Amino acid sequence: MLDDLLLAAIGIPFAGAVAAGLLPTKARNAAVWLASGVTLACFLLLWVFYQTVSGGGVLRHELAWMPSLGLNFVVRLDGFAWAFAALVSGIGFLVVLYARYYMSSEDPVPRFFAFLLAFMGSMTGLVLSGNLIQLAFFWELTSLFSFLLIGYWHHTGAAREGARMALTITATGGLALFAGMLLLGHIVGSYDLDVVLASGDRIREHALYLPALILVLLGCLTKSAQFPFHFWLPHAMAAPTPVSAYLHSATLVKAGIFLMARLWPVMAGTDAWFWIVGTAGLITLILGAYVAIFQHDLKGLLAYSTISHLGLITLLLGLNSDLALVAAIFHTLNHATFKASLFMAAGIIDHETGTRDIRRLSGLNRSMPFTARLAVVAAAAMAGVPLLNGFLSKEMFFAEALDASVPLPSMHILLPAAAMLASAFSVAYSLRFIHGAFFGPDPTDLPRKPHEPPGFMRFPVEILVLICIMVGLLPAATIGPYLDMAVRAVLGGATPAYSLAIWHGINQPLLLSLMALAVGVAIYLALQKHLLAGIEGPPLLRDLKGQRIFERTMVFVSWRLARTLERLLGTRRLQSQLRLLVGVSLVAAICPLILRGIGPSLPKPTAVDIPLLLAWAVGITCAIGAAWQAKFHRLASLILLGGAGLVTCITFVWFSSPDLALTQLLVEVVTTVLLLLGLRWLPKRLVDARLDAGGPGIAPRVRRLRDLILAVGAGCGLSALAYAVMMRPFPDSISRHFLERAYSEGGGTNVVNVILVDFRGFDTMGEITVVAAVALTVYALLRRFRPARDSVEVPEQQRDQSSFDDAQPNRQVGDTVADWLLVPGTIMRLLFPVIGVVAVYLLLRGHDLPGGGFVAGLTMSVAIILQYMAGGARWVEDHLRIHPLRWMGVGLLLSGGTGAAAWAFGQPFLTSYFAYTELPVLGSVPTASALLFDLGVFALVFGATVLILIALAHQSVRSHRAAPPPSPGRAMGLAGED
Amino acid sequence: MEILIALAVGVLGGSGVWLLLRPRTFQVIVGLSLLSYAVNLFIFSMGRLRTGAAPILEKGGTGSLAVFDDPLPQALVLTAIVIGFATTALFLVVMLASRGLTGTDHVDGRERDR
Repeated sequence: MLDDLLLAAIGIPFAGAVAAGLLPTKARNAAVWLASGVTLACFLLLWVFYQTVSGGGVLRHELAWMPSLGLNFVVRLDGFAWAFAALVSGIGFLVVLYARYYMSSEDPVPRFFAFLLAFMGSMTGLVLSGNLIQLAFFWELTSLFSFLLIGYWHHTGAAREGARMALTITATGGLALFAGMLLLGHIVGSYDLDVVLASGDRIREHALYLPALILVLLGCLTKSAQFPFHFWLPHAMAAPTPVSAYLHSATLVKAGIFLMARLWPVMAGTDAWFWIVGTAGLITLILGAYVAIFQHDLKGLLAYSTISHLGLITLLLGLNSDLALVAAIFHTLNHATFKASLFMAAGIIDHETGTRDIRRLSGLNRSMPFTARLAVVAAAAMAGVPLLNGFLSKEMFFAEALDASVPLPSMHILLPAAAMLASAFSVAYSLRFIHGAFFGPDPTDLPRKPHEPPGFMRFPVEILVLICIMVGLLPAATIGPYLDMAVRAVLGGATPAYSLAIWHGINQPLLLSLMALAVGVAIYLALQKHLLAGIEGPPLLRDLKGQRIFERTMVFVSWRLARTLERLLGTRRLQSQLRLLVGVSLVAAICPLILRGIGPSLPKPTAVDIPLLLAWAVGITCAIGAAWQAKFHRLASLILLGGAGLVTCITFVWFSSPDLALTQLLVEVVTTVLLLLGLRWLPKRLVDARLDAGGPGIAPRVRRLRDLILAVGAGCGLSALAYAVMMRPFPDSISRHFLERAYSEGGGTNVVNVILVDFRGFDTMGEITVVAAVALTVYALLRRFRPARDSVEVPEQQRDQSSFDDAQPNRQVGDTVADWLLVPGTIMRLLFPVIGVVAVYLLLRGHDLPGGGFVAGLTMSVAIILQYMAGGARWVEDHLRIHPLRWMGVGLLLSGGTGAAAWAFGQPFLTSYFAYTELPVLGSVPTASALLFDLGVFALVFGATVLILIALAHQSVRSHRAAPPPSPGRAMGLAGED
Repeated sequence: MEILIALAVGVLGGSGVWLLLRPRTFQVIVGLSLLSYAVNLFIFSMGRLRTGAAPILEKGGTGSLAVFDDPLPQALVLTAIVIGFATTALFLVVMLASRGLTGTDHVDGRERDR
């Protein structure tokens, strides 16, 4: 029962996100109620589990995901995950309350809460993951939703830049993490977190430990903004302040910390861990604190301070000591509370004064006294002032820095010194935050007159500051049990004894603390002059900008490198691509021939029939002629193409395939008409004068020679392949099956037709759908057709005819055209019913004899084309209304309906039924349901063909507006260019 | 006989490939048509060349490959022919539209830089 509820902890925020996303843009209060309800529900839900978890229990809920790969969706909750989940939902609730007053009424607030809730769901999913892959998945989700949150004000460039940078860095880290997780899973043999946590020795001793460690840490360090990946975090401050308060105190950046601590028992304890994690943490700790002092933006200061504190926690994790881990977890919780409240305070100042620039702010202590007091306490916690929570964890940090067992002796001095220095810096920037904003003379020249914020906007800050104080005063009674639960969940039996008291007597850590406070105050006083000068950027490090390096890298990778690669390897030119395609296919075809040989022995070839030989002598000549003439003599080339097609058609007849021959013949006719209609719109191409003056240059000759070699190679290859296949013994194929059952199961003697309309009817349906789609595309393209300028004019012949008609007194314009082909035209008109009857005949007999829907449809369209040729478009359309679109629609419905009708009889789609019916005059007609299907094919093929041809033919009748003129000299193709 | 058909397939295919590599759209269209003849013949020849084999069954009878022509490649080629027509039509219209927009019938939509 309890286990099932675990899913709700992840599901509720996502469901809330969807609901919030569906709210209207202006539904501000509804969104707030929803979001606060969801966050509060999640927070309260966690308390249901508390009883079990606090006793050291682990709740698990497994859903089968891909069990065959050993992947299950595991929700796993132990004390450590509980602490983080409570942080996520608790601070989430406070942030939602705060955002209610922070967000302007002009912002689309429901979207904001949708992102926020989705982010919260991802974060909860991350901490509750019981499976490594699942963890990596939620990890990337947090990157994605933080991107959306940081870029929420997407109309500002800073938000877009910041969001992009955060996503690039954290998602790249996430990819590394994913690879690391795969390696870990490989080492352990399971992706289940419980199994992984139980195999520490195996992981640390494995040969792949170091690669896995580096990859996992890449993920953690980028997410937690550790040096050298820290620079994305300050840029993420372009987000609305509630987002900063949420992402950078309790959630996003703590994900890296969470994972390092989670895997600490199995991955830490080695020198590699110490050097990587410790060094990154140490550098980040000092660098962040140093840079923070010199920030003029309140949020920028807090951002660098966050970086520094994350560095502190990372350093603690890197020290390989159990007590340091305790300190790390403790400081994580403390930092979340005081940093969230400080971000909120900075947001209040920004909201009520209109600026966050410390150089302009001053003396707010008098106009907003409550906020000032709250901020002072929180900043003091950040600085590590005694009696506040920050002090306690910092004391522990000092103690660990002093006692750390480090590989190098010099580190014994370096670590405490660095810790002290960083703490002094943090005192200095905390002072700057408080002194700069709240003390000094009254502010002048602020965008708004400062005043206290609404009580509810301050409420979340009050809660958080109260926690800071309570934990600082009574640590054992307040945070004690939770910290203990979290630490025990990570360390198990190895949990060391530690004390959460405020007073441990006068010892080294206390002295270090006091020293840090004194040095910090001194640094702040010493820097007064420099800070008041208002210089941008910290001294010494001003030129070291991670952002600039990042941007240069991005420009290089996404622009220069891509462009260079495209220039070197890519082309937009079709010819080169086709050349490559043909060349690669040739090589790919030759390779197996060389490697494997030609294969089994060949039977003797059959004798050549002389008539077919003669036919192919013509056909081959036609093919080569068509290739030769296609450039300058298009009509000749088209005729030659038809010749090659006819010989192909004869070949089909010769080898016992009447159906194919019929189809080929008709398609040949229709294609030729189609291409003839297209010729009208192509540019004139005249042989260039230079061709006479010595022919094309060297480069075109070389290109042609290369193409010729490719073409001859492809031709020889095709010949060889065709010959090799034909000379091989015929294998047993499914054709036998079709031949045996065509009549008994399909009810037809024309096996080809039975295959098309019955056995493979579904394929045919797909095919006619494609034909319909093509016809519609052609129709659509031609509706907006703009011919080139030089093709708009009426052709020369037509002009001649019209001027002749004009000149004669007794003739109308168009008479000559009408007289043209008068006798054939009359015959064509008379042929219409005859061809129509032939088409119907071909359709009806198709199941038993050569024919069928395809052939019949094409025949019928030929009948229509002939009418257009004989009478012209206007005459035909005055006398006959063809609705090609309706034909196509009816065809599709009919064939689909025939298939679906089988359902009514409890049969699968397209099951056919057949019988023979005696009809008067016609005799016995096969009336299989396949005939209906074939009727659909007929209607569709007819409609589509006619649609294409009529649309093209109409272009000559339409009056065109010409396309914009091309630059001079481009319309004419020139010889010798290919 | 096989050698003749193989030769025919080779010449049709070779001419088609040559035209495919030319710069003018009309050449490419003719090339594609030639290539589709070659491919159709090739697929057809997969059922082996049989002169005088019956294509139509006796009523009520079952056929066997010893007497009857192989129907499978025929069915494949028949659909290929129809689809080939459709794609030729589409390509023709795209080519006309492209020529209208760019003012050239070069396959790249612009003349080669010389």
